[in-house]
Amino acid sequence: MTGETILTRNFARSDSHTLRAYVETGGYQAWAKAQAMEPAAIVEEVKAANLRGLGGAGFPTGIKWSFIPKNHAGPVYLVINADEGEPGTFKDRYLLERDPHALVEGMLIAARAIRSATAYVYVRGEYVEPWRRFSAAVAEAYAAQHLGRGFDIVVHRGAGAYICGEETGLISSLEGKKGWPKLKPPFPAIKGAFGAPTIVNNVETICHVPHIITRGAAWFAALGTKTQGGTRMYSVSGRVARPGVYEAPVGITLRQLIYERAGGVTGNGRLKAVVPGGSSAAILTADEIDVTMDVDGLKNAGTMAGSAGVIVMDETVSIPEALMVVARFYAHESCGQCTPCRESTGWIYKMTRRIVEGRGRKDDLDTILDVAKRGAGTTICAFYDGAVGPYISYIEKFRGEFEALIPHA
Amino acid sequence: MPKLTVNGKEVEVPAGTNLIEAARSAGVEVPHYCYHPGLSIAGQCRLCMVDIEKTPRPTIACNTVAADGMVVLTETDRVRETRKSIMEFHLINHPLDCPVCDQAGECWLQIYYMKYGLYDPRMTDEKVHKPKAVPLGPHVILDAERCILCSRCVRFCDEITGTGELGIFERGDHSEIGLFPGAELDNKYSGNVVDICPVGALTDRDFRFQVRVWYLETAKSVCPGCARGCNIEVHVNRRRPHHAEGRRVARLKPRFNADVNQWWICDAGRYGFGSVDAKDRLLVPTRRDGETTSDATWDEAIAAVAAAVRRFPPDEVGVIASPRMSNEDLVALRRLLDICTIQRVAFGVPPRVPGDEDDILIRADKSPNAQGAELMGLAGDARAILGAACGRRLKCLWIFGHDLLASAWPEAEVREALDGAEMVIFTGTNSNPTSERAHWVLPAAAWVERDGTYTNFEGRVQRFRQAVEPLGQALAEWEMLGRVLAALGEAPSATRAEHWFRRLATAGPSFAGLSYQALGDTGRLVAGSVAARAPR
Repeated sequence: MTGETILTRNFARSDSHTLRAYVETGGYQAWAKAQAMEPAAIVEEVKAANLRGLGGAGFPTGIKWSFIPKNHAGPVYLVINADEGEPGTFKDRYLLERDPHALVEGMLIAARAIRSATAYVYVRGEYVEPWRRFSAAVAEAYAAQHLGRGFDIVVHRGAGAYICGEETGLISSLEGKKGWPKLKPPFPAIKGAFGAPTIVNNVETICHVPHIITRGAAWFAALGTKTQGGTRMYSVSGRVARPGVYEAPVGITLRQLIYERAGGVTGNGRLKAVVPGGSSAAILTADEIDVTMDVDGLKNAGTMAGSAGVIVMDETVSIPEALMVVARFYAHESCGQCTPCRESTGWIYKMTRRIVEGRGRKDDLDTILDVAKRGAGTTICAFYDGAVGPYISYIEKFRGEFEALIPHA
Repeated sequence: MPKLTVNGKEVEVPAGTNLIEAARSAGVEVPHYCYHPGLSIAGQCRLCMVDIEKTPRPTIACNTVAADGMVVLTETDRVRETRKSIMEFHLINHPLDCPVCDQAGECWLQIYYMKYGLYDPRMTDEKVHKPKAVPLGPHVILDAERCILCSRCVRFCDEITGTGELGIFERGDHSEIGLFPGAELDNKYSGNVVDICPVGALTDRDFRFQVRVWYLETAKSVCPGCARGCNIEVHVNRRRPHHAEGRRVARLKPRFNADVNQWWICDAGRYGFGSVDAKDRLLVPTRRDGETTSDATWDEAIAAVAAAVRRFPPDEVGVIASPRMSNEDLVALRRLLDICTIQRVAFGVPPRVPGDEDDILIRADKSPNAQGAELMGLAGDARAILGAACGRRLKCLWIFGHDLLASAWPEAEVREALDGAEMVIFTGTNSNPTSERAHWVLPAAAWVERDGTYTNFEGRVQRFRQAVEPLGQALAEWEMLGRVLAALGEAPSATRAEHWFRRLATAGPSFAGLSYQALGDTGRLVAGSVAARAPR
């Protein structure tokens, strides 16, 4: 396990967000190199690096780029998803605040790869400082003529809806519409923002791209596992001694992350459960943490890497209360477009709240499980499937704790 | 043209057809709420799930385009289970107030629950509450709790009228249909949102609480409100005459015709049937002698009219026919004019206010059959007829339906003409200032009280059918004209509207080959006309 940091390497510098600091540490050299590369060669390099999307879905980035129709006439858009809203996740915020030029440079390279002349960066509305820092970096990049010569960046602020982090909900919002996810097909690479082929990538994903270009796909791939290259930034929160963002190779285990990086469990000191990939990931019990934190490692463990938001719960945490909080979140954030999600997120929240308040009914747990399973996979976007992860896993893994709250259960 | 199988039945459909329509062409119903063939695909209700061979889970049929070799199954166990679940989701926050809901009896929640739901309710928590009985505009009222957020109404206002009054506001299970700030749902087609609302969320302010829909009977008809001739259904209430203050016509609904109006009608047409059951309906023939008006029998009235057309020289008789008369009425009139050799005939009377027109359905010509009158050679100079009456060169003036005193012509001139003629005959459904000055008034049956056809602006001949009995002693114009012809010695031959249509079909080239059977439900173009562009 190497300790090398890539994305966070400059975070210790107080001026890490400036162009000067970025250039001093080798910034914009990857862009210089990429300008001599054919777009297809950049795509191939990223494919070979095994870079996978770090926003949540874990889709191979190079393959995504290759979905842009060949010989397309007309605009192609690159859209950066900086609407970081997954509960337990706060890594893109750090990148925007502390290394915004890495994103600008990554975008220059990605745009060349997909032949895009315009990119949008959709920044979460609540992220005021990240937005300021990134906007300042864009202004610097224009002044240094990295931008404005065939490639422009438009910074767009969101207005406070979780669903706008879903890539097609984001596109709807960017287009000035209500942030409702779009029906697929067509997929964004064919018909995305403003009807044009569009690639939506996460901030952290794109920040990796300059390093892949500079140091090569083989180096990047070797950092990770067989199916996912590189490092990623884990947001660790909850009952740990040192909550924060930790960059680590994707092959790190959850145990190492909690105990070696985040300083171990607080509260009563005994681990009860961990959510490994943001609130939409299925929960893991204390004896399920010897799992590698890459996309496929967590998938094989029945959960997901998601946005790498690690939420640690010690034995004093009430799982039913935790589920109630999560269920309230999904009920509040459901966009309301598709019936199963719109109706059942509210219903499940009401049932979990009743249980926590001691007014649960004998059938409630089975009803929640049944409703969640019936609704899964029936909606336009992955939001509901994300809600189903906690609904089912919290109850199935901690059923006794729920039953203890239900009179006559 | 892709070939696919739906539940084992092979069908071939045009490229681009979605699986709901492909299944329909195989005779298979795929239940759905948000899909509407006249609107964009929303994919929101999630009810139209079907199984497609080699796909891991059920897929929405509305957003799936039929492909060659596709194997579609609509009744697998998992499709049925999914449907049942989706029905439960649709209904958990629904108020289930069917007994007081106007939609009951024609509600797709009721229909699909009985067909595909039939689960035991599990929702025991407080439902989400939303605004109720919210007027959205002059015609439409919203109950947001009944709404299933299918967005059909929103898409209608965005895509068909382009007026965009409606939106979906809030999020999650608090989402609700509503008006944008400052907007009112008062576009010229607003009533259509009630038709396309699959549930009781949007109801008709005009219709609601008047009569339960299961008491209604239906007749296929054509809107007489303008030259478009939108296909409609007339819904009448004969079984509960004590409801709705005795009004027989309860509402008009659009009837699909791909070439004329697709799924829509305008509000002017939809709500324009009030005259049918109005207090000013003419019920019996009347004669006026000076200031004295008295009822007469039809025999007396027919005898008086026959005597007049026989007595006065043909050039002293003027007839202002109406483009609101049916083809059958007009051919009977044509026959009368021919045997009496009456030349002074016209049908066009300019309205005081020019009619509105748009590029959707509404035509400036507010009469349903100007084209038919034109084709029967009834076009003439109505103003000249009026002038002849003013100049006392006309002894008998027969007016069909028009209120000349409400026309664009100077009132004084009309008064002079009405005073100048020795005998003024008025035929129409409702009284008006012109009919009050007539010497003879012959009550006509309204269009819903009789059969007939209209020829629309593009030459499409379309049938309308009787929905209710004529009020009082009112008769269809063709029938009263037939009686006048009989009184003049013509052997009676037409006892039904269709008989006159047959005579029309053999009389000249325009209607040649047409028959009621050939017209069917959607009409046929007269010879020589070219179908105009389909409405938007």
